Amino acid sequence: MNAETLGELFYAMLRIRLVEERIAELYAEQEMRCPVHLCIGQEAVAVGVCANLSPDDYVLSGHRSHGHYLAKGGNLKTMLAELYGKVTGCAQGKGGSMHLVDLAVGFLGAAPIVGSTIPIAVGAAFGSALRGERRVAVAFFGEGATEEGIFHESLNFAAMKKLPVVFVCENNLYSVYSPLSVRQPAERDLMAIAAGHGVAAERGDGNDVAVVYALAGEAAARARQGGGPTLLELTTYRWREHCGPLYDNDLGYRSEAEFEGWRQRCPVAHAERTLGARGALDEAEIARMHAAIAAEIDDAVAFAKTSPFPKPSALLEHVYAQ
Amino acid sequence: MTRELGFAQAINEALDLCLANDPAVYVVGLGVPDPKGIFGTTLGLQQKYGSDRVMDMPTSEGGMTGVAIGSALVGMRPIMTHQRVDFALLAIEQIVNQAAKWHYMFGGKMRVPLVIRMIVGRGWGQGPQHSQSLQAWFAHVPGLKVVMPATPYDAKGLLIASVEDDSPVIFIEHRWLHNIVGHVPEGLYRVPIGEARVVREGRDLTIVAMSYMTLEALRAAELLRADGVEAEIVDVRTVRPLDEALILASVRKTGRAVALDTSWKTAGFAAEIVARIAEEVFADLKAPPRRAALPECPTPTTPALANRYYPRAADIAAAARELLGVAPDGALAVPATGLPLDVPDPSFTGPF
Repeated sequence: MNAETLGELFYAMLRIRLVEERIAELYAEQEMRCPVHLCIGQEAVAVGVCANLSPDDYVLSGHRSHGHYLAKGGNLKTMLAELYGKVTGCAQGKGGSMHLVDLAVGFLGAAPIVGSTIPIAVGAAFGSALRGERRVAVAFFGEGATEEGIFHESLNFAAMKKLPVVFVCENNLYSVYSPLSVRQPAERDLMAIAAGHGVAAERGDGNDVAVVYALAGEAAARARQGGGPTLLELTTYRWREHCGPLYDNDLGYRSEAEFEGWRQRCPVAHAERTLGARGALDEAEIARMHAAIAAEIDDAVAFAKTSPFPKPSALLEHVYAQ
Repeated sequence: MTRELGFAQAINEALDLCLANDPAVYVVGLGVPDPKGIFGTTLGLQQKYGSDRVMDMPTSEGGMTGVAIGSALVGMRPIMTHQRVDFALLAIEQIVNQAAKWHYMFGGKMRVPLVIRMIVGRGWGQGPQHSQSLQAWFAHVPGLKVVMPATPYDAKGLLIASVEDDSPVIFIEHRWLHNIVGHVPEGLYRVPIGEARVVREGRDLTIVAMSYMTLEALRAAELLRADGVEAEIVDVRTVRPLDEALILASVRKTGRAVALDTSWKTAGFAAEIVARIAEEVFADLKAPPRRAALPECPTPTTPALANRYYPRAADIAAAARELLGVAPDGALAVPATGLPLDVPDPSFTGPF
């Protein structure tokens, strides 16, 4: 990967990291009154995949969607306003962190029922194919979703219709606190499961943005060329608690050693080191990036905090489309 | 001369016209293009519109509902069909969490113009899992509309209105209505969603019905007429949004109400009707409202038990007489037809 592309991907990852860290910091103020599922540690998947998409392509996501939304180009101000429950939020405050949307960039929506948006992504691809368009639809989900029946139903249909879908499984090893060992047999092979459904599949390091970018690039190209769907299993790790701003290793469901091992493999730091080693990024440039992103976040937070709440009359609006 | 058409043919004609009228409309469901064509309702449509617009599907009710929702988000107008309400329960997550909520939870940015047809089975031993009538489940959920036509005219007009609606609509057909015949105009016309209809005027009591129970209500009204009782029948046609004004106006006039249901009594549609009457027109009531609904057990399969399961015209008439304190005319109370009770008419010989 050339340094310019890697530099862009690094910036996008750093931006997501700093947004999430700011949310974690501000959460204690108790003004963001909705659950938040931070993606710190998993930024490379969102960025590496979405860098292969155009605004015309569709993305759907689940409960941990901030990174996907931002990587797809979703508006930061309306995202933060949504977390603050404001009328200027991307869903006018009715959705919150778990229901981000930005139609201008093809981020069709997110919903926190595990696996539930996978067929909706397939449907977006199917609908656009019926309309004679050629858009790629990406479904982001965790490995827990591969335990849901609807995941298999979605692969089956996408393969049968050769739909332009990229199924992106972020395997972060835990469904809330439940490890893989209590949820899947040790010999379970997602690649073989995909193959059984007639879906092309690749596995890769979800903490290496260059790897993700390359795999997603092949999958998106296959989709655009009429080659049908691809499943990507990208292994990664959630640093903070399942839901909320804190670290939760003290609970004992995972070991400090395991966490440290993954923290050493930080996707943002990895890209930063690679760029540094190539002489494509220096301390001053990194500092400029941090400052620029911090200023953008300051702006967005101010926008969110000073925006008005929805009027009481909004309660019964939008139940039915007019 | 008025044109007569069967209920199933009226559905078929509505689908045909919607497909012709809007290229975004497509029809999907397990068995849609098969030789039986969903009890005749989808016959000939794939031949006419091709397999991209009228299609079969995998036996994946949940997944395919998500696919239909996704396609609706990007501009399509899917009409999904399930041969039984019971089968659609595999899709309840997609219907309740997703279809019903995308407009609201994204602040009005998204819309899901999706129609889901479901059929209520009855008789010929349909049993516990081929006969449930779960309109109350769907009507409980804000964001869904629930339609239950009783006549071929309403079936066609309400289906067209449902397809043209920008919100998800649960369109519930009763299997015992598919063979009935009635006046159906040619061409596109709409019966507005959310408008009830007075099917029969009367002064003594109001019978609130929907779907197949409207037919039983009409039969009950004939029995009651022999007792000198004139029943008014309101066919709600749409369960949600409910035309409360029409129902309440009728009850204000008659002072008595019997609410019918194709489903169970507890937490059901008839319970909702009685609750609204009690809340809004209590002072006008001359007697406590009554319900005629299914007993609190799953549908038994054997005709020996199923024949005692469904409320019929005679039961409705009995409930009405109790309200009015009228003694039945013994000679006319229950006409002994000698016909089996587990079929809608003698032409129905099963199995589905």
